[in-house]
Amino acid sequence: MPDEAFISILDVSKHFGPVKAVDRVSINIAQGEFFALLGPSGCGKTTLLRMLAGFEAPTLGEIYIDDQPTASMPPYQRPVNMVFQNYAIFPHLNVYQNIAFGLRKEKLSRSDLDARVNEALALIKLEGYGTRGANELSGGQRQRVALARALIKRPKVLLLDEPLGALDKKLREQMQIELRQLQKSVGITFVFVTHDQEEALTMSDRIAVMSEGHVLEIGSPEGLYERPRTRFVADFIGTMNFFEGRVRAREGGKIAVDAERVGEVQVPADDYDFNAGDTVVVALRPENIRMRPGRPDLTANMAHGTMSNAAYLGDRAHIYVQTEGSEQPILVAMQNLDGAASSATHGERSVALQWSEQAVLLLRPE
Amino acid sequence: MKEQTLHAAEAGSPPGGLREGVRRAFLRHEWLRAYTLVSPTLILLIVAMAAPIGVLVGLSLWTQSGMEFDRTLTLANYETFFGKKIYPLVLWRSIQISALVAFATVLLAYPLAYFIAFHVQRHKMVWLILITLPFWTSYLLRVFAWKLILGYNGVVNSGLTTLGLIEQPLEFILYNVTAVVITLAHAWAAFAILPIYVSLEKIDRSLIDAAHDLGEGPVMTFLRVTLPLSMPGVIAATLLVFIPTVGDYVTPKLVGGTTGIMIGNLIQSAFGRGANWPMGAAIAVISMLMVTLAVCVFLGGVKGLKKLLA
Repeated sequence: MPDEAFISILDVSKHFGPVKAVDRVSINIAQGEFFALLGPSGCGKTTLLRMLAGFEAPTLGEIYIDDQPTASMPPYQRPVNMVFQNYAIFPHLNVYQNIAFGLRKEKLSRSDLDARVNEALALIKLEGYGTRGANELSGGQRQRVALARALIKRPKVLLLDEPLGALDKKLREQMQIELRQLQKSVGITFVFVTHDQEEALTMSDRIAVMSEGHVLEIGSPEGLYERPRTRFVADFIGTMNFFEGRVRAREGGKIAVDAERVGEVQVPADDYDFNAGDTVVVALRPENIRMRPGRPDLTANMAHGTMSNAAYLGDRAHIYVQTEGSEQPILVAMQNLDGAASSATHGERSVALQWSEQAVLLLRPE
Repeated sequence: MKEQTLHAAEAGSPPGGLREGVRRAFLRHEWLRAYTLVSPTLILLIVAMAAPIGVLVGLSLWTQSGMEFDRTLTLANYETFFGKKIYPLVLWRSIQISALVAFATVLLAYPLAYFIAFHVQRHKMVWLILITLPFWTSYLLRVFAWKLILGYNGVVNSGLTTLGLIEQPLEFILYNVTAVVITLAHAWAAFAILPIYVSLEKIDRSLIDAAHDLGEGPVMTFLRVTLPLSMPGVIAATLLVFIPTVGDYVTPKLVGGTTGIMIGNLIQSAFGRGANWPMGAAIAVISMLMVTLAVCVFLGGVKGLKKLLA
């Protein structure tokens, strides 16, 4: 957690009648940070963002932006601007007028105003589009105009509510990179709401994963992906195989776990405080499992099964391996290196699975 | 051309061919479906609107001689209209009164429509039905009601006298233009509220959030976003009230006195007691053209205003 919090969300709750949309959330966000609020729909992330913008008032708690308490600050007095989910481009105004909308109070001369707007148009690579009507823009262009309209106010914080949700995949990936570069060049704090975990991983410095009004974990993309502390986060970010298990022994710097479907799993003991007899959940990423044909003698961190199903995804393949006596398959991801995945999808049926100690995560059962 | 011959060929083919051809033509041509849909209305409009207007224009070119029509085509009635000062004066005043009525009605209707669209969360339908409540009684009854309210010994005057605020009943509130404006504004309120409500209801709420977010307070947000986006409703409301009220003759007759007389009263007397149908037709035609002109001026003004504000 950064010591100098630029945005401080302190124990904030928002109730809509009996529904606790946001429940006792505390987050600190540093200046210049690209911060993502990630969660499934209905988790409270948009409500939290709208409280930052001032459209909703917290039922409990306080939000500070740049050391200012915001409780009595209406949206039009806050040093924040927002890119709306549907972009909220004013349909009765053209691109120029949309972008210049927020500058009325600065009382700029015509030439200064032109300069500012043209600078913003250049930033979003839409030079010469000033006279276009709002309805003549494509989805990507609308998104850029919404961005320019917010950034031209030179806010201290830019709030983005699923800004890429309406774009097609290719454009979205391109905009992710552009948005990230833009944020670095303008140096403004971005708070970004998304339900797309891949998007959050690609763009953010830090991510807060939310579920049912609570923040479950806050961390860097690498941290949350590789070392999640809760089963929800492990499951929500990326794909994960889970196996119920019980710690058999803790000795010699290792924890040995007996897990369903995969037998004995060994993990370095340093990272965990589990002891013999504890029930645990063993979590294993599909890409950390190596697969080869055959039926070897099993040792720790190995399993055996038969391929039951395969999904070919181009760059990789998802292979479902059925272990003996279990309905639920183990998911293995295989990189399509030199066509390895495409041959694996119709290759040997009986396979051995193996993974390293470092790849295994032990989670507390919920 | 090709398709036509195709259909013609099908028409001559065995039973079901014609029906099949029609069906195909229907599926293929969007305009055919569209015209079929509007045709009952279109026929009614032609029979009940265009034809009478044609008759009216024709009639206005004849003259009245005694009990008979002189059927030689002449512009004499139009010369009479512009020759006598009273006709243009009354027409001009009618347009002014109606403009004032439209303005007042829209001004009063807007807050109500705004309230229902933005602040009523549930039971909007109940509110909308309540607005139409005055229409459940006869128009004539409502005009008489206003006569009772505004009259010499009416509700307003007796109320104010009882309260001791005035000693003599006010005479300027009935039998003049004010009374006409008040009565018409009340009578036409629903026609203004509904279109404004619809246009306000359609406004995406995130646009208002966006205006706040970009630093505009409630007043400027209203002027820069809400009002411009509700303009279609305001224009519709203005026209819906303005156009029919120009020709109204019941209200001015009952509460207008001599100063509140409108063009409808002149048309009515020409067709009625005056027994000069061609003259009445000419007045009607001219007033129709003037209303059209006034509407064009209004729409042009709105367009100019939009450009000025943008």
